[in-house]
Parts: sequence; structure tokens; C-alpha cells
Amino acid sequence: MYKLWATILKDIRILIRDQVGLVLMFGMPIVLVFVVTSIQNSTFELVNKNKIPLIVCNRDTGKISLDLIQAIDKIGMFKLEQVPGDQSEKNITARMHTKDALLAIIIPIHFSSKISDRAKKVAGKALSAFGLEGDTVTTIPASIGPLTIYYHPILQESHRQSIQAAFSSALQLVESKQVLKTLYASITEKQLTDTLEKEMLNTKFDINEITITIDGTRSVPNASQHNVPAWTIFAMFFVVISLGGSIVREKLSGSFIRLKSLPTNYYVALLSKQITYLAVTLLQAVVIFGIGVLLFPYVGLPVLNLPADLAGLFFVSLICGSCAVSYAMCIGVFAQTQEQANGFGAISIVILAAIGGLMVPSFAMPDTFRTAMKLSPLHWCLEAYYGLFLEGGKLKDVFTNIIPLFIITLLLQALTFLGLKMKKLI
Amino acid sequence: MADMNPLAVSIENLGFSYPGLENVLFSHLNLKIAAGERFGLFGPNGAGKTTLMKLMTGLLSFQEGSIRISGMEIKKQIRSVKKLYGFIPQDLSFYEELSPAENLEFFGAWSGLTKLEIKKRTAELLDMLGLADVRNKQVHKFSSGMKRRVNLAIGVIHRPEILFLDEPTVGVDVQTRYAIINYLKELNKNGTTLIYTSHQLSEAEGLCERIALIDEGKIIVHDDLDTLLSEYRQEGLEGLFLKLTSKEYRNV
Repeated sequence: MYKLWATILKDIRILIRDQVGLVLMFGMPIVLVFVVTSIQNSTFELVNKNKIPLIVCNRDTGKISLDLIQAIDKIGMFKLEQVPGDQSEKNITARMHTKDALLAIIIPIHFSSKISDRAKKVAGKALSAFGLEGDTVTTIPASIGPLTIYYHPILQESHRQSIQAAFSSALQLVESKQVLKTLYASITEKQLTDTLEKEMLNTKFDINEITITIDGTRSVPNASQHNVPAWTIFAMFFVVISLGGSIVREKLSGSFIRLKSLPTNYYVALLSKQITYLAVTLLQAVVIFGIGVLLFPYVGLPVLNLPADLAGLFFVSLICGSCAVSYAMCIGVFAQTQEQANGFGAISIVILAAIGGLMVPSFAMPDTFRTAMKLSPLHWCLEAYYGLFLEGGKLKDVFTNIIPLFIITLLLQALTFLGLKMKKLI
Repeated sequence: MADMNPLAVSIENLGFSYPGLENVLFSHLNLKIAAGERFGLFGPNGAGKTTLMKLMTGLLSFQEGSIRISGMEIKKQIRSVKKLYGFIPQDLSFYEELSPAENLEFFGAWSGLTKLEIKKRTAELLDMLGLADVRNKQVHKFSSGMKRRVNLAIGVIHRPEILFLDEPTVGVDVQTRYAIINYLKELNKNGTTLIYTSHQLSEAEGLCERIALIDEGKIIVHDDLDTLLSEYRQEGLEGLFLKLTSKEYRNV
């Protein structure tokens, strides 16, 4: 036991004297968590709190285009700026290049008459279907352009799709209103009153958004809840640079010859490294979660809410740390040089993080990647943390994620043992 | 003559070749080293000195024959054998990020000593080797002579019966060499068998009582140094070495 303790003490001493290693294990992940959470938070705020600047160029002179502009404004997503209808497309896009606006919409000439004619046509068909006679449209303006929307390329696909949906909804509303007005006028030969129009068109039902959670709380997850656990896992697995490198360094150094000449199995050295670095991964979790809870509110980021099951959080962190350390050990045992350990270690972690859903949400991945995702230990770590942080679950609720993680850890340990035997290191 | 003493090392019909290489380095090699001897193993570069030392310490595994250390078969009782000897490798073999005291604490534990024994031996060794003043300074700040002394201290912390030394004084100044050789003689007086290899033949002459000259995996001569010098009519080990191994360059 004293041998193991002396070895742990040796590893801790070497670790705390390696300033570059400490920066890699603690400094870099902290910076990463800050940066990624800030970026995700600002994107979240851009869509949900801040309004997206939108240039509106109305080339139409009718009333319906004004209704459309009003409907777009009512959506609440956009900060509208109307420019004269004769503004050229070149001028509009030039303003977008300077990021005055991220979006622009050009309402084409004769937009109102086109919508009106289409409404008459639809109303006519409806009246015919009712056995009544309605107006029919015989002429459609010859040069009616489409509704054109310009996007700044910084807007991501998901944002573009929600913007597109918002515009479609506004357009639909305007068209429906016009059809309704035409129908009403044809049947009653009177104009539709504003009160009745509102009654008929405005939905009576509010949409109630509820986040499903295991513990029944209805807190809406923020950018911190998503990012802090994800990047903590990344930091844990990034100990591969320090631990993998340390094993290779020891194997290649003169001290290894000495260790092999002593009456102690080299596995004691590896066991010590596992214990030391497992403590490092737990410390990383404490530091990063601590920053999320205590420091984030002071820098304008949403506070990280820790799960109610703190024992569960500790256990999940422990198993995630064990898996990260086992992975690093495996790399360290099989790598021939420090460059191999560092290069392969770092790149493989980035790949495993990508397919594990740390960078792109797992639900957004193609089917082939969803299969590969299950092989990434980072995926199971993330699922276990999300079960606690986002779904309000307890340890028993994330057991289905812990079991695969435990199996992967055992496999990595077995592989390490095999490598040690093959290389006659133990 | 040490023939009456029990054997520290007994090598019989040793056969060894590096895995994957066709050349057989040792074939039917025999060597006996008595307990308490100051034994020198010499030869040109690539002769097989370091390999033989690694075989005697169990760091390499041989294909044929047997090696016994203090009567114990190395292949069968490697763990017990490792408790008997100390090894001072040619390369500096410790953690430069640690201090001499921290290195001794770690390697002492791996040698099987208790915390108390380590504390006592650390104080003794650092004092004897002139490192007491720098016991808590990180070794990477030391001169090469000081590092060599740390290397030696680690190898003897557990008071080994047999001490294997692979060029223990390479790259050090005269003062350090003198101090190390004197310390080794002191250890030998207290019963430690020294098995030593070096290219510093003048230094070896002052240390070794018996020698073996090895070349191309074969032992050319093996006897008391004085007997060999007299037999080959040479005044020193260097002359004997050149006479028996030729003056040709060795490209290995």
C-alpha cells in the first residue's frame, strides 16, 4: 500500500510542477466553456430576446402589402426598417454586407392585386361549391415577381428555417384574411367589420410551452445547462494529452529501465496514474461546475442550475472520469512516441466529441452517425449528464446511460492490460 | 582469490539473440562472479556488455541456458532476485521534476523499503554523496555530476547485495568520479558485489580486482586483473584491452 501511496505522491508532485499540463487540463476547458456558452447564449438571445434587423422594401402600392408588413411586425422576431420602394437590390444587399441588417424582404410590385385576385379566385371556387355564383378573375397581372427574402450568410440553417416559417405564416394570414373578406362581401354584399375579422382570424388558443422533466419541474434549459456539462466531459477526456503523454514519456525515459529493475509491478505505476488523474477529472468537474454556478451570473451568462441529486452527479462524474482516464491510459500504453499519443489522443477526442453529440445535437444527426454515436463514450457521458441537468432525473434515471459507459471503461481497461502484456511492460 | 566465496552470478551456456534479428549475440556463454568481488566487464562498443548486464538483471529475457543470481534462477525467481541487486543504468534514471529526497522516497518504496527506512537511508546517502544541501531542489537544476550522484544514490538505497553499474561516471568531472569510485569501494568493503562496466579504463583499473574482456558476444579472457596484466605483459588495462581486441574501429 505504501508503494502505491508513494507513487501517487510522485505523480501529484510531477503533475503540479507541469504548468503547461495544468493549463491544458484546467485553463483551456474553462476558457472553452466560457466562449462556447457565451456564443450559444448570444445566439439564443438573438432568436428569442433580441430582434433580428430586417429591411423591408415595399415596391407595391396596395393595402395588402401594408397588412403583410404589419403581420410580420406582429410576429415579434424582427426589428423592421422600411426603405423606399425604389431602393435597388444592390443598395439593400450592400447594407446587409455591413451587417446593418441580417435580413431583407422585397415585396414586389402588384403584390396586393395578385393576392386580391387569388382571393377572388378561391372565393369564387368556394361559392361555386356552395351552389352560389361568385366573381371570377379573368386577368392576372403579367409581371408579378415573387416575394424575395435576402439572408445574411451568418444566419444558420436552423434560424433561416424558423424565419422562413414566420414569413410563410404572415403571408398565410394576409391571404386568408383577403379570401375571408371576399367571401363575406360576395355573400352579404357588405364589408367585413374589423371586430368580426379579428374574431374570425385571431386564434383563441394560446400555446402553452412545457419542458418535459423527470422530476416535474418546468424550468426551461438555458445555454449553461446545455454547454457546461458537455464541455466538462470534453475537458475530462482531454487529460489524454497529459496522461497519455506522461505514460509514453515514462516508457521512453531512463527511469523506466530503473522501474523495471525493481521488485514492484509496473501496474502499480499505472494504478497510481489512474487514481491521480481520476482525481484530476473530478476536480475539473468541480471547478467548471463551480464557475457555472458562481461566476456565470457575474459575466452576464445564465446561471448553471445543479441537479437535485448531487450524489448522482458525483457518481456520474466519477464514471465519466474513469472512462476518460481509461481511454488516456490505453492511448499511452499503445503509443510509441509522445507525438503519437498527443496527436492521436487530441484528434480522436474531437472526433468522439463530434459523433457523441457534444458539438451537434444527437437528434440532428443522420442515421449512420446515430449508430456510430453509440460507440462514443462521450455520448453516454453526455446523455447521463443531460438526464441529471436537463431532465431533472436522479441516478436511477440515468442508469441506462451509465451501463454502456461502464462496459466501454471495462473494455478500455482490458485493452490496456493486453497492451501491457504484449509489450512485456508488466 | 574469490573462488572460495559463494557465487553472486553464475551464467551457464547462455544463448541470446534480439527478437527479429538473425545474428546470435551470445552462444554458450559461461561466466562466474563470486560474491564480494569488484568485477569489471569490458569490451569495445557493441561487444554486448550492456546486453549482458540487462540479461543478468532480468531486463531482457534469454532463449537458452541459465543465469543464477545468488543461487536463484533468474527466470523462475525474478521478483526475489530483483530484491537482491541494485542497478545503476548508463542513462540518468530518475524524475528530473523531483528533488533527490523525493526521488529516493519513491524509488525506495518501489525497492520494498518502509517509510522509516527510506527516511534514514535518504539522510545517510545524501550526506555521504554531498547532496544534503540540495535535498529539496528539483534535480533538473543540477549539474551532470550531481545528477550522477543522485543516480547512484537511488541504486543503493535498499543496500543491495549485488550492484550492477553501467558506466556510472560517464560525463562527470574528476572530483565527482573520485567521490563515486571511493563510495563504491566503501560499499564493497561492506560486502556488496560490484559488477561494473565502463570505457574509463584507468578508473576501472583502480576499482576492479577481476575482469572479463568481451568482444562480439564472446568472453576473450576472464581472470584477476594482475594475473592478466602479467600474462600478457602489459602495464595497464588499456594496453591489455587494445592487445586483445585489436586497434580497429568498431562500426556498430
